[in-house]
Amino acid sequence: MRSWFKSGDPWIWLIGGAVSISVIMVLGLLLLIAVRGLGHFWQPPIVEATFHDGDQQIVVLGTIRTAETVTAQAVREAGFDVPEEQDLVDRYLFHLGNRDLTGRDFQWFIGDFLSEFRYPEDAIMLERREWGNFFGYLQAIKQDGEVIAEGERAFEELVPRLARSRELVDATVRMERFDIGRINFAIERERLEQRRIELNERLDEEERAALIAASQAEVDRLNQEYQVLFDELTILRASGRRDALVARTSDGQQVTINLGDVVRATRANTMTVPQKMREYGARFWAFMTGYPREANTEGGIFPAIFGTVTMVLIMSIVVTPFGVLAAIYLREYAKQGPVTRIVRISVNNLAGVPSIVFGVFGLGFFVYFLGGNIDQLFFPERLPAPTFGSPGLIWASLTLALLTLPVVIVSTEEGLTRIPRAMREGSLALGATKAETLWKVIVPVSTPAMMTGLILAVARAAGEVAPLMLVGVVKLAPNLPVDGQFPFIHLERRIMHLGFHIYDVGFQSPNAEAARPLVYATALVLVLLILVLNLTAIAVRNRLRERYKSESD
Amino acid sequence: MSSTATTSAPAPSARELLPQGEARTRLRRIRHLKDLTTRFLVSAAGYGVVISLALIFVFLFAEVMPLLRNASLAEPVSFPVPGGDSDTVFIASERYQEAAVRFAADGTVSFFDPRDGRALSQRVISFDGAEAVSFSSGEPRTGLVIYGLSDGRAVLAKHEYDVTFPGDQRLVTPKLSYPLGEPLTTIDDAGQPLEVITVQQGGTGIGIAAVTADGRLLLTRYASRRSFLTGETEFVRSSYELPPPPAAPTQILLDITMRNLLVGDAQGFLHYYDISDPAQARLRDSRRVLEGDLVSVTSMAYLLGTVSIIVGGSDGSVAQYFLVRDENNINRITRIREFRQHPAQITTIFPEFTRKGFVVGDAGGNLGLHYGTSASTLFIKNVSHQPINNVAVAPRNNSLMWTDGTGQIHYASLWNRHPESSITALWNRVWYEGRSQPEFVWQSSSATDEFEPKFSLVPLSVGTLKAAFYAMLFAMPLAIFGAIYTAYFMSPKMRGLVKPTIEVMEALPTVILGFLAGLWMAPFIESHLPAAFSIIILMPLFMLLAAGLWHNAPKALKFLVPPGWEAAMLIPVVLFTGWLCITLSPLIEIWFFGGSMRQWFTDVGITYDQRNALVVGIAMGFAVIPTIFSIAEDAVFNVPKHLTQGSLALGATPWQTVIGVVLLTASPGIFSAVMIGFGRAVGETMIVLMATGNSPVVNFNIFEGMRTLSANIAVEMPEAAVGSTHYRLLFLAGLVLFAFTFVLNTIAEVVRQRLRAKYSSL
Repeated sequence: MRSWFKSGDPWIWLIGGAVSISVIMVLGLLLLIAVRGLGHFWQPPIVEATFHDGDQQIVVLGTIRTAETVTAQAVREAGFDVPEEQDLVDRYLFHLGNRDLTGRDFQWFIGDFLSEFRYPEDAIMLERREWGNFFGYLQAIKQDGEVIAEGERAFEELVPRLARSRELVDATVRMERFDIGRINFAIERERLEQRRIELNERLDEEERAALIAASQAEVDRLNQEYQVLFDELTILRASGRRDALVARTSDGQQVTINLGDVVRATRANTMTVPQKMREYGARFWAFMTGYPREANTEGGIFPAIFGTVTMVLIMSIVVTPFGVLAAIYLREYAKQGPVTRIVRISVNNLAGVPSIVFGVFGLGFFVYFLGGNIDQLFFPERLPAPTFGSPGLIWASLTLALLTLPVVIVSTEEGLTRIPRAMREGSLALGATKAETLWKVIVPVSTPAMMTGLILAVARAAGEVAPLMLVGVVKLAPNLPVDGQFPFIHLERRIMHLGFHIYDVGFQSPNAEAARPLVYATALVLVLLILVLNLTAIAVRNRLRERYKSESD
Repeated sequence: MSSTATTSAPAPSARELLPQGEARTRLRRIRHLKDLTTRFLVSAAGYGVVISLALIFVFLFAEVMPLLRNASLAEPVSFPVPGGDSDTVFIASERYQEAAVRFAADGTVSFFDPRDGRALSQRVISFDGAEAVSFSSGEPRTGLVIYGLSDGRAVLAKHEYDVTFPGDQRLVTPKLSYPLGEPLTTIDDAGQPLEVITVQQGGTGIGIAAVTADGRLLLTRYASRRSFLTGETEFVRSSYELPPPPAAPTQILLDITMRNLLVGDAQGFLHYYDISDPAQARLRDSRRVLEGDLVSVTSMAYLLGTVSIIVGGSDGSVAQYFLVRDENNINRITRIREFRQHPAQITTIFPEFTRKGFVVGDAGGNLGLHYGTSASTLFIKNVSHQPINNVAVAPRNNSLMWTDGTGQIHYASLWNRHPESSITALWNRVWYEGRSQPEFVWQSSSATDEFEPKFSLVPLSVGTLKAAFYAMLFAMPLAIFGAIYTAYFMSPKMRGLVKPTIEVMEALPTVILGFLAGLWMAPFIESHLPAAFSIIILMPLFMLLAAGLWHNAPKALKFLVPPGWEAAMLIPVVLFTGWLCITLSPLIEIWFFGGSMRQWFTDVGITYDQRNALVVGIAMGFAVIPTIFSIAEDAVFNVPKHLTQGSLALGATPWQTVIGVVLLTASPGIFSAVMIGFGRAVGETMIVLMATGNSPVVNFNIFEGMRTLSANIAVEMPEAAVGSTHYRLLFLAGLVLFAFTFVLNTIAEVVRQRLRAKYSSL
């Protein structure tokens, strides 16, 4: 044994253990996010149980969020009565829903005081547009206040009617967002136009009056158009609210819920696995393509995905040419010497500078300095409300471009150094100019390296949050940065962002417990996005290396 | 190419394919042009990178620079005092500096334009036959002034400015009003002259304190009450006689809470009366505030918020005092700090409107600009041969106005944007108002106007180092040991799997790590505290145990797994240990900690926050492991093979080779890996932001949180007013992070390059 220790073998095992721990941590983390994120969309059974609280008996209805074993002491400190002799306690976190009725969404129950779990067939779970989920027993369906189905038939009647009302509600939302949004946008533009006319000193009084009158006529026309649309909308809305359902809650209250307020309804305990899978797909799709509701704690993350992608695209457009050309300069044009060496080290170090520093720079230079001056010059009619002088898409993209510049430069340079000297010299010897050698030989060959750089830059940018908090993301953006109104891409608008969404919903939301699964799901989307990008980059790089290995041999 | 064409020239068609001479020239010119354009574009991008790099640094620096700039006073404009040649008792200007006021001893009130001395309007306050014998003003922002008359009465007035915008042009209309309705109010029913007087307006009403010629100290309060019928403010008067001060008072001050009255006397003493119940008012504390027997308090003023008192003496000394509760919970007059001494007797002190600064005039014609919190004297400047009689600073701190014995008013613009920052204020303990001792505090904003911003960078720096320290404590062993094993012992096949896995970790967004740390790990660790500690102890033990078992395992089994797969074999061990510790955790709590380890911590006296340095250390350690791992792994892997083979050939065991040869050779690379990892930990924002409570504490307790420079920027930057001291300090934090990581990375990079050169030479 002593000689075994002396040989040092145990220590090799020990440092090998460091690798095991690291690998387990990485995989465990990915697994945790995957399980929690994907679990969010699976319909759990609705549990009914009786809770004995002293003499009182309460019927509990809901889904179980977590179950855990804790020490009795900790539970006692939380204010529960646990028998003295007991040391460990099982407890369950129930999602009870019905926030509008009881005021509490989630509640811990001690396992010892719960009866056996029952799974009633008529229990339904409603996902509502407001107030979170509803749990109860379906009793009847009403149309315009008249009962049309009761008991067993009620759920069959509910499904098509819910589909109908959901379609109508979606139509009203579309109308509000697109048609009425367009009119509001046009009215706002006219208002700014009038202000611009007032500020224009080259016009005389008459011209000014004429122009303003013309603009005002346009506003009146738009207002009329709005009125027509509004009437249409009112009818549509009323039609969407035709049906209602009657349900009983676990404590016996009779509740009428309008179908216009319901997003989806499930009778979880009667669902078969294929049904659950279909429901899973539908929920996942709604999550990816829907808009957030209830202070971002419910609904989808489409605007966040869209904002992230738009921002990253604009960033790529800026950073790719700049970074690639800079790398070409450093490798092909600049005289290699101490100066290029310093520049190279500095660029390299720029990658290690904390991202928040870029945010500070972006806020001070881009937003306040550049944006402020742009507003003074081009948008005086909107002052003092800032246009470009406040955080927005373009500044976020530019800041990230600066942040990811080293990634592109380093990667491209690496590709350029791998190109065999013979290729360059061959081209030059055939009489090609330096530019021709560059564009026709060097750049095509090193494209994969540039792609690698770009993909890595995109991956880094997509996951970066800290600088964006200063230069352009927002909790809830009323409009997407790209829409049907001229000039179609609104560079000055603030955007939503996946990473910031995680931070905001996880840490700033009023109902953190309800929002948690959604945060995991969002995190999963972001992790997947970044993993896919990184793995692509690694694959491209490996292919590139293989290619040159074979060429140089 | 043309020569090839001519020599072969088998068919005329080939010759026709070649461009003609003229076209060739054109083509050559175009090619040349393209070449030039490319050169230009590429160089522009190259220089662009250098410029943007420089721009970041220069811009951050330029935003910070004003913090270092000293206050400066422009050349003054002088004009004769408006409104007669009676003594000037008070001057002040309004926020746009389009109007200013001068109160004269004879009751003349003149409004004028301070920029050119043009008279705007004039009133005369009637003293009803009496004479003014004393004068005082309330906090400058209230505009209150009071004359004490020779017949025991007083005149309370207020200068106000209406700002209107007729035709988009600003128009400032000065006016004089009487808050009590009537100008005259009786203070002393006995009709004695009011030798010294003061006034203050607070939330509860107006208070006036005065000393009569026969030495009585009187307090009159006007409690404001809103009338139910008319909606107007009414005042209810009540008056009290306080115990007389021990010596002849020269100055009195009343604070806005109407609880504290301070009296300065001719013998250099300051006396404190507790008047929270005026009928029971008592002299609570007396203290000599000036050194020397013949020194008297010549001027005294409250700073904004009426907590700090600035005492100016006849010896030119300027010092700050405020009341601090002692262990018996009694307020004591406490000397907080002193400022640079003036060469002559202090004649007048005027506090700033919105900050804790003040301007001082002395009998030698010097103006001094000081700032309370930062204990800095910004300048003492001689502006006159005559004593300064009155001085006033503008509400926006951008101009000074003063009168001296020459019968003229002098007005000069002032640059004094960032007096709050000084080396002392940023890095030393500072005694802030309302605190019982000097402390390191970062608290940049609050809801009230009177708030004293606390800009100590110490808590933030300590927090940054604390977070980075615990992260490195977690990451360094795992990453470095892991790197050595992966590079040197691991089988190539497994290395091909492990390296990308750990490197993928680097790409994980830190917001996800922060979110998991804050919402999943922090509560988990809190409820499984024993597990966190038992893992640290049990993990290595179980690994050694597994190694020992394997060592003694039958040969047949050992042949199944070649060396280099130890890490893979340990995976079940690690999982088992982790599971065991977590399962045992509640039992350990019951056996050793009375059921709850967290409660046990509280009982022992250790503060425990749920989001603490332990959580941050693990999460941020997780984030820096890949950085350290991949650089260290490179360094170890590239150690020339002949070195290690030589060592092994000489009979050293693999472990001895690692310790004696590999580590020694690769140590600069490992060092640079640690540096880069440290740089990353210092600047990481999201993890710290989400996994700590962000409270700026100054300690290294692993169970408490911290606030780092970077998280502080993320939290406060969006709210900081552009151009304010706070804003610039956040830029300073950014600049410090930038410079620090840049230097760290440069050192690491240079070390690495040297190492690379060494390897190639070996």
